[in-house]
Amino acid sequence: MSFRLKGNLINPITWNALFWIIIVFTAINSISKSFNQEREGRQLYYYLIANPQAIILSKIIYNSGLMLLLSLIGYWVYGLIMNNPVENHWLFLINLCLASTGFASTLTLISAIASKANNSGALMAVLSFPVMLPMLLIVIKISKNAMDGLSTSTSMDEILTLVAINMIVVTVSYLLFPYLWRS
Amino acid sequence: MKKAWWKILTAALLLYTVIGGLIFDVPRLNILNETIRALHFHVPMWFGMIIMLLTSVIYSIKYLKSGDYNHDIKSVEFANTGIVFGLLGIVTGMVWAQFTWGEWWSGDPKQNAAAIGMLIYMAFMVLRGSLEDEQQRARISAVYNIFAFPSLVVLLFILPRLTDSLHPGNGGNPGFNAYDLDSNLRLVFYPAVIGWALLGLWLTTLKIRYRKLQEKLFIDS
Repeated sequence: MSFRLKGNLINPITWNALFWIIIVFTAINSISKSFNQEREGRQLYYYLIANPQAIILSKIIYNSGLMLLLSLIGYWVYGLIMNNPVENHWLFLINLCLASTGFASTLTLISAIASKANNSGALMAVLSFPVMLPMLLIVIKISKNAMDGLSTSTSMDEILTLVAINMIVVTVSYLLFPYLWRS
Repeated sequence: MKKAWWKILTAALLLYTVIGGLIFDVPRLNILNETIRALHFHVPMWFGMIIMLLTSVIYSIKYLKSGDYNHDIKSVEFANTGIVFGLLGIVTGMVWAQFTWGEWWSGDPKQNAAAIGMLIYMAFMVLRGSLEDEQQRARISAVYNIFAFPSLVVLLFILPRLTDSLHPGNGGNPGFNAYDLDSNLRLVFYPAVIGWALLGLWLTTLKIRYRKLQEKLFIDS
């Protein structure tokens, strides 16, 4: 597949869209495990030894680290195989880091919600998609700017919005998680 | 009759909106022409939706604090009415867009954002449908309701302002107050907003009473 694509058959807009689709699927698949995978007994053990705020914060930190690692590896491999049309690398990397921490923290609470239901795999996708979309739209816009080589200052508004959304998501998760954890 | 005054007010305001909105003089503008009357029917839907959904979130917070099952019923019914208002807002917007932008759905950021916003609340209903236990359903859906509301706000009020949109009031386009130089539109617009919002409240109270009666019958039988 790669030698066909090397002949510039893929245009930058498609490159951008495909990359973020890959990142979103990576995020949903890797983070949906964070509450499902653990057995009842272990959840009870956590419930006994730690307070809920500590648990949600540590889950968010772990998932953010995981997502950062995965998305950086993804970016590297994707750029290696599909060419790398990005011109402003720093902006793209800042954007990638903000996006992966944002996705990770949103999906952590969603996975906690979905793990309470029976068909949590399908529910995870249904619940997370509309909540992640606003973030995804901003991220795609910034990465388009980075690919066109615009300077970082032109995307400052979007970056600040993204940071604000991340902070809101973490705060709201921190406040709401204790109510989920009780059941 | 004592408590009925606001229902009479609702009916009066809506009657005034329909009559005044259709026959009062409006500014003559290119392209917009008579479609500017959509202001009295399309925009109040979004006001109504935001008011209903905000009330739903407030009841969700109250539920989490108190654990009172009545708050859960209220929160769901307000969200339901919010969805109805949102769908009506999309439909009235599409009719307006057909005559001014030339297409029912042109993929404008504002249209897409509204559609995604509806998806959030559809997902809320799916979540409620997939949980069996009543207590758990109430608590978990309350958490999702509160969690999803900020992203609705971002979708409807922040994103369209960052991008290019044809919608009035976004992406550098003037809102209606730029056209309404003699304040004629306001005479109908403000009563319309209040009237439609009160209608939403009325519908919701009926639904809440219906749900409570259902619960009572269920317990008695």
